[in-house]
Amino acid sequence: MIKFENISKIYPACLPGSKPTIALADVSFEIKPKDFVSIVGKSGAGKTTLLKLLLAEEKPTRGRVFFKDQDVHRIESEDLPYLRRKIGAVFQDYKLLPSKTTYENVAYIMEVIGASDKEIAKTVPIILEIVGLKDRANNFPPQLSGGERQRAAIARALIHRPEVILADEPTGNLDPYHTLDIIELLLKINRIGTTVILSTHDKEVINKLGKRVITLEDGKILRDEKRGRFIL
Amino acid sequence: MLISIKRIFHSGWQIFSRDKEVSLATVFILFLAIFLVSSLFLFTDLTKLIITSTQEKIDISVYFKEEADEDDILGIGKEISKFSEVKAVEYVSPEQALVEFIERHEKDPLLIEAVEEVGRNPFLASLTVKAWDPSKYGVVSSFLQTADFQDLIEKIDYFERKSVIEKISSLSSSATKIGVLLSVVLIIIAVLVVFNTIRLSIYNSSEEIKIQRLVGASNLSIRGPFLVQGMISGLIATFTCFLLFALLSWSLNSSTESFFYGFSLFNMFVSNFWVLLFLQLITGISLGTLSSSIAIKRYLET
Repeated sequence: MIKFENISKIYPACLPGSKPTIALADVSFEIKPKDFVSIVGKSGAGKTTLLKLLLAEEKPTRGRVFFKDQDVHRIESEDLPYLRRKIGAVFQDYKLLPSKTTYENVAYIMEVIGASDKEIAKTVPIILEIVGLKDRANNFPPQLSGGERQRAAIARALIHRPEVILADEPTGNLDPYHTLDIIELLLKINRIGTTVILSTHDKEVINKLGKRVITLEDGKILRDEKRGRFIL
Repeated sequence: MLISIKRIFHSGWQIFSRDKEVSLATVFILFLAIFLVSSLFLFTDLTKLIITSTQEKIDISVYFKEEADEDDILGIGKEISKFSEVKAVEYVSPEQALVEFIERHEKDPLLIEAVEEVGRNPFLASLTVKAWDPSKYGVVSSFLQTADFQDLIEKIDYFERKSVIEKISSLSSSATKIGVLLSVVLIIIAVLVVFNTIRLSIYNSSEEIKIQRLVGASNLSIRGPFLVQGMISGLIATFTCFLLFALLSWSLNSSTESFFYGFSLFNMFVSNFWVLLFLQLITGISLGTLSSSIAIKRYLET
């Protein structure tokens, strides 16, 4: 379903005399439908870059990324939205729309995919309740805590039941109770048939999941284990 | 499709109403641009009126000899009025000329006494000739000098007034050209200021646009609300400006009447009501939406 083929991402040097930054170096792996894959590594290992490449938010320096046999970086600009609607992304920095309330942020995705007002009115409250933000529906992102924003981002990624969930540190700001809830939710969605790619530092989560783990270090794959553990 | 349009308008209104400072700034700049364009439009009318009024005061007088017969003079008047360059010809009899002289100088008894001293009416019959275009008086004068009836003519006062007529004609032409040039320059400046203001307000939303693209929003659903926001700003600026114009034209009416040869600003506003409203609407809405459209383009291409 998803294939990274000899991917390298090098950021050019910003200042004279400085070296270019190698975020990813010749990374190749494949993810099948319904897989639950965790990507672990230290900060700067290249986890977020991998997810950005899949979303075509960044272009690779070398190599190709395929989504359902389609090279994502060869997709025309006007067709990219259709790819992105198939992917529910939880960004590390949340990327909530600051001018919209929590409810509107979550509903926005439903509007993007063309859902009716009735469907939106029915579905959004349910997902907000699931992530524990029912009482914060009318607040704007700046009025939410880090954890609340994270949960709002998760709700937005899940609501339209995409084919793939990309979760970049989705539990980074959450307390243990909410962390457990979110991981359970991701597992549940995965059981229904959604492919999940989770990037995390959380050792407990990884070890508890017992799912495939790809370990990155300095932009390279260190390990790719079917039932992996958090080892750095 | 209808749902999409409804959502676009709803979103556009949300952007406008939730970012009040930016919206107010945009409306204000659009208001200034519309005010400028409307002022130039009315100023052009006023300029034309002043120029026309000034030009109407220009005429040449053809004075006939004492022995010239009135019927002959009237016949000559008809001949002259056939010229395409001639707007009007008015016959002034010697008696009428005397009466007009006395009326003009009634506060100057010395002048009137001097005329009475002469013992007879010293004024000659004349034809006052007005041309459509002051620059054509030369043509009329040349005709009069070479016409069959030139023997009846005592004097044509064109040559005394020629330099003044030419100066007024030249000034009128220059004023019109300068007015047009100034209008074009000011409108360009206004458009650029509006565009940059809207560009800055959209720059303010650049992060939001990026997020919308990342979660799969189409270019139309991203662009649409900003166009609506531009349109709303344009509409509000238009109606505010229009109301202000109505108020200003009404309150300044008496001042303009006394200063500009009886020119009524309010009457001009009323007579140009629909044209002005249409002009302002077109300016406001097109400036608002076009500027938004151009400004957001770069964020949708990256």
